[in-house]
Amino acid sequence: MTDTKKIGDVLCTELIEAANHDRNILAVTSDSRGSAALNPFVDAHPDQLVEIGIAEQNSVTVASGLAHSGKRPFVFAPAAFLTMRSIEQVKVDVAYSNSNVKLIGISGGNSYSVLGATHHSLQDLAITRAIPNLEIYMPADEHQAQGLMRYLATSPNPAYVRIGKVALPTLYPNVTQAFTKPGKANILSNYGQDVAIVAMGETLAIANEAAIQLNQLGIHAQVIDLVSLKPLDQATLNQVADQTHLIVTLEEHSLYGGLGSAVAEALAPRGDTKVHIIGFPDEPVIAGTQAEVFNYYGMDATSVTEKIKHWLR
Amino acid sequence: MILDIQALQLKAAQMRLATWQMIYRAKTGHTGSDLSCADIVTALYNDVMQQTPATFTNPNRDRYVQSKGHAVEILYNVLADAGYFPQADLLTYSQFNSPYIGHPTNHINGIEMNTGSLGHGLGLSVGMALAAKLDQRDYRVFTLMGDGEQAEGSVWEAAMAAGNYHLDNLTAIIDHNRLQISGPTESVMNSEPLAEKYAAFGFDVQEIDGNDMNQIVTVLTAENNTNKPRLILADTIKGKGISFAENQASWHHRVPTADEYQQGIDELQTVIGGLSK
Repeated sequence: MTDTKKIGDVLCTELIEAANHDRNILAVTSDSRGSAALNPFVDAHPDQLVEIGIAEQNSVTVASGLAHSGKRPFVFAPAAFLTMRSIEQVKVDVAYSNSNVKLIGISGGNSYSVLGATHHSLQDLAITRAIPNLEIYMPADEHQAQGLMRYLATSPNPAYVRIGKVALPTLYPNVTQAFTKPGKANILSNYGQDVAIVAMGETLAIANEAAIQLNQLGIHAQVIDLVSLKPLDQATLNQVADQTHLIVTLEEHSLYGGLGSAVAEALAPRGDTKVHIIGFPDEPVIAGTQAEVFNYYGMDATSVTEKIKHWLR
Repeated sequence: MILDIQALQLKAAQMRLATWQMIYRAKTGHTGSDLSCADIVTALYNDVMQQTPATFTNPNRDRYVQSKGHAVEILYNVLADAGYFPQADLLTYSQFNSPYIGHPTNHINGIEMNTGSLGHGLGLSVGMALAAKLDQRDYRVFTLMGDGEQAEGSVWEAAMAAGNYHLDNLTAIIDHNRLQISGPTESVMNSEPLAEKYAAFGFDVQEIDGNDMNQIVTVLTAENNTNKPRLILADTIKGKGISFAENQASWHHRVPTADEYQQGIDELQTVIGGLSK
């Protein structure tokens, strides 16, 4: 059975490790230390936790002030609140002022499922992507989460990281192969050049499963892990488009403005590549477990396989 | 004290004159707001803060965040006068591709953080003051807010955190001129009683005449042994120093006509002449 790991636990372990060597590393929380799986960090480094209470806007602004005075704050909050309620603070205090703040959006996408749209973040990529000077990540497995955190612990750049709630299968053999640097996409698997499936974060495993199913049907796909949505790896996307003329994107986000939009925007000027975007339609999201909802919207591996078969006809 | 009170008063008057000229030249600016807080900003940079152009990047410097970013013209002139950048740079104010735009940006030497959207300065200052506590540094953090700005909810999130963490190294100042762009603050959105509200949030509250240099310097240099952040409710006059602009909400961001400009110059030069003796 494939190993699985909760990405939140991995981030916490890595943050403890970073804080062991750097007393400027801080976890800033808005009554979210439990849901962010940060209790081991609190036990290990109680003096490096800044609790702001249920005030997400203030957590971002205070973190910016801390960063301005030499601290390296990681702000943990549900992605829905961090990127919507606090978005002006992200734009002004973090990105515009160029503050070394890492924004960790937990339970992103549809993770909170039946808790409803208040808790879903299906617009976060669209809105953060439009803000200059903000890197955007969605780690896809434990090794990538480790590599990403080691980079973030020393990087001076503002960044937004979205993670989910469920344990994810291990897709990479080691940290080096999972994460090299911002703006460097990975080819996770390569069965051929009939189609390329582009994903990142929680949907990467689904994309990979779809590629396996397609291969069994004689359709040869490659799976591209963007690793960072910003900076976007234009070179790898060009390389993929040179090889295949059908690119399918899969994201746990609105069809508008997210990963699929980014890929389509990057490839549209070529005029030779068809991009199909799979994601959440522009309507209120149906209630259900995350798996049920993915299935309903045709975002599970079997549905993705069927769509690709149809598009290749 | 670096300058005596009369010298500070003279400098504040000179800063008002330079600001008046700058706004007339550029045909843009927040005239009434600049003139209202001119004495406070002048005092901070010429007497109160442990910060000079040479020490601006020193981690132990005092810090100033101008939360009411729209009053940027007075800040630019005070910084230029203090030597943070050449006076001539200000001739580009609001011109194409100039860094000297209508709200503070940290592309300019002497400015800590980008502001302009209201309700951010107190939270930024909480972060800076908290960093001082974590690092056991003894710098002070000052922030200047407007009274209209008190309607922003983020101000009160930050005030709650300042009180919670007993940030006695933080001094928040409210430029309490009782006017905002649409009219009297009490009628637009009544935020009073501000003194009682900040006291309830855990602040040591001091009320002063915010256009009286003696009172400004006294309160801003006073030690804080209360284990609380300090809030200075500085009663000011919007448009202070230009008779026809004083206490007029319409002067929030009005640019003077040629006649008004000359009259303002005459009034400010009379004050400067009196203080120069």
